[in-house]
Amino acid sequence: MKSMKFDVPVTIALSKGRIFKQSLPLLAYAGIEPLDDPETSRKLILDTNHEQVKLVIIRATDVPTYVQYGAADLGVAGKDVLLEHGGEGLYEPLDLKIARCRMMTAGFKDAVADRPGRLRVATKYVKSAQRYYASLGQQVEIIKLYGSMELAPIVGLADLIVDLVESGNTLKANGLVPLEHIADISSRLIINKAAWKMKHATMMSLKEAMAEVVERDAAGERRPDQA
Amino acid sequence: MENERWILPDGIEEVLPPEAGVIERKRRELLDLYHSWGYEFVIPPFVDFLDSLLTGTGSDLDLQTFKLTDQLSGRMMGVRADITPQAARMDAHHFSSEEPNRLCYLGTVLHTRSDGFAGTRSPLQIGAELYGHAGVESDIEILRLMMKTLEMTGVQNVYLDLGHVGIFKGLARQAGLKKHQEAALFDVLQRKALPEINELLHTFELDESHAAMLSKLAELNGDGALAEAAEALQAADEPVREALAYLTKMAEQIAVWLPNVPVHFDLAELRGYHFHTGVVFAAFVPERGKEIARGGRYDHIGKVFGRARPATGFSTDLKTLMLMADQERDILDEPAIFAPWSGDLVLQEKITFLRAAGRRVICALPGQQGGAREMGCSEVLRLDGDSWELHPV
Repeated sequence: MKSMKFDVPVTIALSKGRIFKQSLPLLAYAGIEPLDDPETSRKLILDTNHEQVKLVIIRATDVPTYVQYGAADLGVAGKDVLLEHGGEGLYEPLDLKIARCRMMTAGFKDAVADRPGRLRVATKYVKSAQRYYASLGQQVEIIKLYGSMELAPIVGLADLIVDLVESGNTLKANGLVPLEHIADISSRLIINKAAWKMKHATMMSLKEAMAEVVERDAAGERRPDQA
Repeated sequence: MENERWILPDGIEEVLPPEAGVIERKRRELLDLYHSWGYEFVIPPFVDFLDSLLTGTGSDLDLQTFKLTDQLSGRMMGVRADITPQAARMDAHHFSSEEPNRLCYLGTVLHTRSDGFAGTRSPLQIGAELYGHAGVESDIEILRLMMKTLEMTGVQNVYLDLGHVGIFKGLARQAGLKKHQEAALFDVLQRKALPEINELLHTFELDESHAAMLSKLAELNGDGALAEAAEALQAADEPVREALAYLTKMAEQIAVWLPNVPVHFDLAELRGYHFHTGVVFAAFVPERGKEIARGGRYDHIGKVFGRARPATGFSTDLKTLMLMADQERDILDEPAIFAPWSGDLVLQEKITFLRAAGRRVICALPGQQGGAREMGCSEVLRLDGDSWELHPV
């Protein structure tokens, strides 16, 4: 545990759920502990044990936007979200190796063989899916959905889906199988450009503290996922 | 639709009083400032042939440029998205002296996509360019003028960010990166995405020392960056070491000329990479993720227009600056005078006299309901005997 001093205000953007839970040990190592639990509190801005440090709890897809525009100095965002956001105007210097999963295509076993013409692909990850199929030299129709992608092939809305796969249980329960691997996903530390420059010392020591936890866990002592 | 005729396109804004008045006043002050430093005012055209607008600027500016067809020549025209290339063309084509040439400009540019917070697509670009001198001295002059511009518009707590595109260019060349490899690495370097940088470098199968230097680049920032770089880039070839020496010299000169300005070095910051050739700089303020003014060296861009010359300059968006600045509305709140409508020659003479003395005089119009107070005036002209005198409202 580091005992960091904060002589400048620092706002950290996190999303509820898995990322928040798995970010806690990283923050704790830097000496930051929230005073409220976002699962029970209705507050959107959480105070911490440091007066200067605040946590804002927002939707995962909003984290890059908050950090890009300086509403938060830094944040934790999944690579899946960053790929969709484009990552412009942000620094993403550290792979935190938390909230890990894979971005994959999935569908019925023989989905691709069956169909003449363009494939219809349902996904929340429009840009990633477009990029992936373009890299294969394949023109597909992308259907943007906001959730429950697994339903699309079942009701005939799409031939395939592009989604995050953790255990594959949801797919299996719906009779689908994971097909092709697109990317490994984990969460990144993202930092606002101006904060990086103007609060350089604070940002660097936070980054370093988190890097130490990541390294320590990689060495096998304890994975934050399992905390 | 009928009810929404007043809606403006995204990122296109109208400026109302009193802000418009403040901007106009600042515009005059700034152009006077540039004038006093020997910068001559130029007015480049709002639209131009595309190939001329996009010379040496790379694909970023191409995407940012609105295009239209010239029905006279059949050629493509563009609405300028940046005035700098136009100023460079003017220097190369219309001025033949070998002496240093200083130009300044102000005008609206148009962007297809907004690139800043609050997202304007029609910045009011103001800037200054210095042609014909290669060296730290001209960069420092431009830098000082940029800081003076920010100071005069009332922007406070400015940080300077300093880099040099020659370092990445040199390392990429030394490592023998192909064009698409350089572009891919450039992209991840802009995001300081260290995991991706190392992954990419690994797939390139470079010489170990070359890969190590490129990987280190993302971490060379902060106060100690130059000293660290001198050590980390020992194996770099001559142009890279020259670029480092240039930056060091800049740092020394900044300490002399702008001693109170905090400076942050970042050797991976490659703003305007395709356009710039040397040192690049930008001004940041707290609570804003995007730079508020930027500039740097872009030698020899004028070559295709007839003359290759060293060049350096800066530009900023006056509308953004006014948002950042402590508003000086009061400078416009000078009390106005309300005059009755009358054909009286004595009154007309008095009004002419007051206006010539710099006062604002608003004449009532026949049938007008409100009086001095409704018109925001603090004084009225009233007939006292046979002369018109000022009275407080």
